[in-house]
Amino acid sequence: MSNVEKIANKPIVIQSAYSLEGKKVDLRIESGVISDLSEAGSLKASDVDVINAEGLQLLPGLVDLHTHLREPGREDAETVRSGSAAAALGGFTAVHAMANTEPVADTAGVVEQVVRLGRKAGYCDVFAVGAVTQGLNGAQLAELGAMAHSMANVKVFSDDGKCVFDSLVMRRALEYVKQFDGVIAQHAQDPRLTENAQMNEGVVSARLGLAGWPAVAEEAIIARDVLLAEHVQARLHICHVSTAGSVEIIRWAKARGIKVTAEVTPHHLLLTDSAAESYNPVFKVNPPLRTERDVQALRTALVDGTIDIVATDHAPHPKESKECEWSEAACGMVGLETALSVVQESIIESGLSNWKTIAERMSTAPAKIGRLTHHGLGITKGAPANIVLYDTAARRTVSEIRSASKSMNNPYFDRTLPGQVMYTFLHGNLVVAKGDLVNPL
Amino acid sequence: MSNRSDVLSPKLSRHLLTISDLSREGAIHILDTADELARVSDAPIKKLPTLRGRTVVNLFYEDSTRTRISFEAAAKRLSADVINFSAKGSSVSKGESLKDTALTLQSMGADAVILRHSASGAAHRLAQWTDGVVINAGDGTHEHPTQALLDAFTLRKHLKGARGEDLSGVRIAIVGDILHSRVARSNVLLLSLLGAHITLVAPPTLLPVGVHDWPVEISYDFDEAIGECDAVMMLRLQMERMKSAFFPSAREYSRLYGLDRERMKKSKKNPLILHPGPINRGLEISADCADDVDSVILEQVANGVSVRMAVLYLLLGGSHE
Repeated sequence: MSNVEKIANKPIVIQSAYSLEGKKVDLRIESGVISDLSEAGSLKASDVDVINAEGLQLLPGLVDLHTHLREPGREDAETVRSGSAAAALGGFTAVHAMANTEPVADTAGVVEQVVRLGRKAGYCDVFAVGAVTQGLNGAQLAELGAMAHSMANVKVFSDDGKCVFDSLVMRRALEYVKQFDGVIAQHAQDPRLTENAQMNEGVVSARLGLAGWPAVAEEAIIARDVLLAEHVQARLHICHVSTAGSVEIIRWAKARGIKVTAEVTPHHLLLTDSAAESYNPVFKVNPPLRTERDVQALRTALVDGTIDIVATDHAPHPKESKECEWSEAACGMVGLETALSVVQESIIESGLSNWKTIAERMSTAPAKIGRLTHHGLGITKGAPANIVLYDTAARRTVSEIRSASKSMNNPYFDRTLPGQVMYTFLHGNLVVAKGDLVNPL
Repeated sequence: MSNRSDVLSPKLSRHLLTISDLSREGAIHILDTADELARVSDAPIKKLPTLRGRTVVNLFYEDSTRTRISFEAAAKRLSADVINFSAKGSSVSKGESLKDTALTLQSMGADAVILRHSASGAAHRLAQWTDGVVINAGDGTHEHPTQALLDAFTLRKHLKGARGEDLSGVRIAIVGDILHSRVARSNVLLLSLLGAHITLVAPPTLLPVGVHDWPVEISYDFDEAIGECDAVMMLRLQMERMKSAFFPSAREYSRLYGLDRERMKKSKKNPLILHPGPINRGLEISADCADDVDSVILEQVANGVSVRMAVLYLLLGGSHE
């Protein structure tokens, strides 16, 4: 159940965009698919709308496997509509709404509601993540089958925000979702080692007197879970990997043939725990910002494929949840509208990789993990026209005014980032044009 | 009164949030000023007109009678109006945010807010929201700058003497729960800034993971560490730490890291004994050591008033129109 049935029929021609291979190409889009793709100058535009994409980078529509849309329950922070609008502005054509809403998305009713709201908004395809356990309690499995077989067709299950800490519950969940090709996305955090934890445990936390969140609390859970996944031959996905040690464990697991995938957030690719020096809780996030060494290890892992995807962990919070003491503040930062720019800065501008790899990590691979049928199929003739035109040369200062998200817990405000999404097509329909929202489907 | 930037040259920021706001010269200047102001406390009429008409708010989210009274006495000796605002029984207990409280106090014309709070960084946050001077009177497990200043003042008085001097060559051991101690953090910064040699003595569980980055030596052996010390600073042990497996029992802690007469005999220099208070007699320090001739614990309290007068004077005095 996506926006795919609401396809527009009006054809449109894009001229002179850079392909992922760096060649200049023309595209023709109609009936929701890429109907023609050839070298620049070959597609004549008579009687159709034309977009001059001179200098713009063509990218497949991005897919986010980890998005907090907050609806139902915390509509003061974000709604499916505002969050999916932010997604479209960020170049995403599909997002996965996390389950930690109020009520928790642990029944077919809630996941269907979220998907229906996404369809009504029409800015991007909204898929629902189902909770692993009832009410995220970590003890009793939610009705995973009911969610999988609902109209929401849930494939990804996660208690994100909380770790499935009980080894037996985790084992059963991994096993159980095999019957419908599901995957468990684990928030890896040993709760005992992180009681009252405020930030990465290290030199900075020692100085600031903030209780530490040690790397081992993440790494120990990942080590256990890859072994469980191997034992029951199930698919495991690791949410927001944040440490160099976690990367080593995942690399080892993949070399062993374990079916594990992993994500990194844009903020863990760019920011470090030194941001906490200001005691401004806009930088408080879970897992916490780590050290420069971790940042470098995560970048390398993303480029070499040890980490499969970038996922935003877009986590909106109302102003009062951040305008307080650090230890009182909520964890999380918004990220949909800046994800591509942050990835450009940390991966492309640092010279580590290219747009083809980014397209793989932000579209193809996440779509594959979520078993999506109309996303991540690349930019080829006949593929669904979920595409983005991105101005890599733009430089923008991130501002509250331009944001579509209802929340302002954005760590990049007043910071200048590279790149700007100019156009986003959702099933052939223009939802973002010249950097602004236009018509939802 | 000369303007503040002159008084505070070369550097004291507008607030006192952390010892890292101070330069070496700035710190010595505070100690020298405190020395001068101490004479007021010895005079029959313990009052200066310097801060007449200025309003100082004691905003205390944690119970701390000793620090609050010390600041109150300091402000009153400088003729400031003092408002005591305790979180209990106020709008704070009804859920008012720190920011709203700060803005309320500002609207009431507070020139300075002295903040004690259980959250690390609370004073930094407050300073981002108000126009007035913010003085950190202890924030969570982060810092307690005026405690370190009064400790440095006490150490200098006994071990050095003269104004203008720092603490170079002085060896001091800070003993106990370093991990959770704001007193230790401020003292490590200040005493090292003033040239002292610091040894932290604690079980490994009560030292922060990042401690290797600090300008200190680490010892797990109090008997050895006490040998060369000119001063020993004992930290208060919170009994609830035992529940989180930081150490096996109060008795074992006391045996390994407590100060008593037997352990004092292992020192070569009869070190000064400091403690920020309140004391757990028989736990981190034995009663006879607390009351020993080398103990300066009560003198620390008296010096606290002088040092806090100096801080108020330097931060508020100069800006008076």
